[in-house]
Amino acid sequence: MSILVNKDTKVIVQGLTGKTGTFHTEQALRYYGTKMVGGVHPKKGGELWHGSEEETLPIFASVAEAKDATGADASVIYVPPAGAADAIIEAIEAEIPFITCITEGIPVLDMVRVKARLEKSKSRLLGPNCPGILTPEECKIGIMPGSIFKKGNVGIVSRSGTLTYEAVFQTTNEGLGQTTAVGIGGDPVKGTEFIDVLELFLADPETTSIIMIGEIGGGAEEDAAQFLIDEAKKGRKKPMAGFIAGRTAPKGRTMGHAGAVVSGGKGDAESKIAAMEAAGIRVSPSPARLGSTLVEVLKG
Amino acid sequence: MNIHEYQAKQVLKGFGAPVAAGVAITSADEAEAAAKALPGPLYVVKSQIHAGGRGKGKFKELPADAKGGVRLAFSIEDVVKNAKEMLGNTLVTAQTGDAGKQVNRLYIEDGADIARELYCSLLVDRGTGRLSFVVSTEGGMDIEAVAHDTPEKIVTIDIDPVAGVTDANIAEINTALKLDGAAAQDGETLFPTLYRAFVEKDMSMLEINPLIVMENGRLRVLDAKVSFDGNALFRHPDVLALRDETEEDPKEIEASKYDLAYVALDGDIGCMVNGAGLAMATMDIIKLYGKEPANFLDVGGGASKEKVTAAFKIITSDPNVRGILVNIFGGIMRCDVIAEGVVAAVKEVGLKVPLVVRLEGTNVDLGKKILNESGLAITAADDLDDAAQKIVAAVG
Repeated sequence: MSILVNKDTKVIVQGLTGKTGTFHTEQALRYYGTKMVGGVHPKKGGELWHGSEEETLPIFASVAEAKDATGADASVIYVPPAGAADAIIEAIEAEIPFITCITEGIPVLDMVRVKARLEKSKSRLLGPNCPGILTPEECKIGIMPGSIFKKGNVGIVSRSGTLTYEAVFQTTNEGLGQTTAVGIGGDPVKGTEFIDVLELFLADPETTSIIMIGEIGGGAEEDAAQFLIDEAKKGRKKPMAGFIAGRTAPKGRTMGHAGAVVSGGKGDAESKIAAMEAAGIRVSPSPARLGSTLVEVLKG
Repeated sequence: MNIHEYQAKQVLKGFGAPVAAGVAITSADEAEAAAKALPGPLYVVKSQIHAGGRGKGKFKELPADAKGGVRLAFSIEDVVKNAKEMLGNTLVTAQTGDAGKQVNRLYIEDGADIARELYCSLLVDRGTGRLSFVVSTEGGMDIEAVAHDTPEKIVTIDIDPVAGVTDANIAEINTALKLDGAAAQDGETLFPTLYRAFVEKDMSMLEINPLIVMENGRLRVLDAKVSFDGNALFRHPDVLALRDETEEDPKEIEASKYDLAYVALDGDIGCMVNGAGLAMATMDIIKLYGKEPANFLDVGGGASKEKVTAAFKIITSDPNVRGILVNIFGGIMRCDVIAEGVVAAVKEVGLKVPLVVRLEGTNVDLGKKILNESGLAITAADDLDDAAQKIVAAVG
């Protein structure tokens, strides 16, 4: 099994007709035939999208129309930052169950607006500013490179895109493989948090171990650690390895990701590492040893 | 993006917040006219730099017992005397680092009779995804110290983005700050005003420390620190016009022109990486093997050859750099594009220090081939561990 997406997930693309949307839609179609079923463009409804290898997809004028016509249960958003929040809200209003927003650089107050809409909705949002989600050999939503994945038993959740790839690559090289890899994104205000994904991995019988990768800024890793401690008391526990990026980052500076900043004496790497270790996660000191650290944990 | 105190006060004044009358000057010749334009007889002369702790800061060029970066003046002559002493000198505060910052601008402000000093800030609470007021009766001091020593004296009030600042929210803030009478009435307009300013201008942080109750019982914004969301500047040209590039590292300004996320650091190994998390992790692994990174640099997801070339030039322009580590895990970013950019940059600016390149992900074989066939002295690395060890060894 996997979490959130599988071979039956039907995906529409908001922002399909742009260069980024086109490239990654082609990649998804070529990754074990991920069910990409259409695109949305307000002015190009009724037209066809063409990929570089003769692939075609229908374009609809709205998300609601696309959902009705295709039965899509997921949407992926490649819309530029200025319009991305409205694109998410359109997907929420169309009651798309699972929305992934790849776009980086959305104003944080736009995300405050989105978050308020999300609270009373039927949708789950992944991202923004994330690499998406991938279940090996079944479904690829977003921009992760499919070639490094291998079907297996490790659940991966990360705030960083490229560190997700490191974790995937290393667990593949160790022969473990993945159930699903989830990039929750580097923005301060986002849809899905660590806790949401950890809950799903704990509940998924095929996921037998977990890698969690955090970074400086905010308190989501500490919240996740507390969640794991509470769940462990109920007997729900899986072997885990982890990593926190930004031990060497200076205070008060935003490190690329809008959410990666130590401010007001909060969000530094040390407190996150301490919290995660207290929750039983083996935290690797090196980003090059995510896979080998997990192997050590599994050997006990 | 950060702005100066005097600019922050102008922005807040535009929304109707109570700020003192003041004049910004850049030369001591302007000091007399500035002071004359104010009612007196009490004035405040404030250094305008993008760093906190100015009052307790010390000027490098002045004797150790000289006054700090924020001074009271009791006459027009006194204003002029202080302005002459402060302008052009280097202020070192707890936030500037040892190098300090040159004071190129002063803000001459009307003095106030202070009865109480309070703390009030507005920020985006990541946990709730909402704006929060953070207030305390303990104003005028380092809020981190208050949070550490007396956390019970800090009160956080979440604002529902749909309802905005409600009467109940105002009452909560007024109670937390122990405001009554005229001050409480001022609060009824001030707190919604601050919220409106934050939302309309896409601020990322608004801190008033201190917010004061004056002897006459009224509220005034005595100091103001405002940061704006860099991602929202596209819709605020008026805010962008407030940017003071003299406050920023020239390499960071150059990087921002190419949309590169770059932060200058003190070490000697330059890094070029794709992805913020991996860029931080690359810094961390350099440190793990005993060296210090010279910078954080995320070339981003969709970097072109030109962008990579620009990034490479920025790294090599730092005289502290004694070695360069390029670490790319291609998702969106294709390894061949990175390789072409690196080769083009090396051909253009030359290579005077060791260069280790680690490529993985999309089009990795093509990327490696381009590097190999370039004939340049580039050390290839198998993985991140190997790359970090190789560059650390090369720098020695």
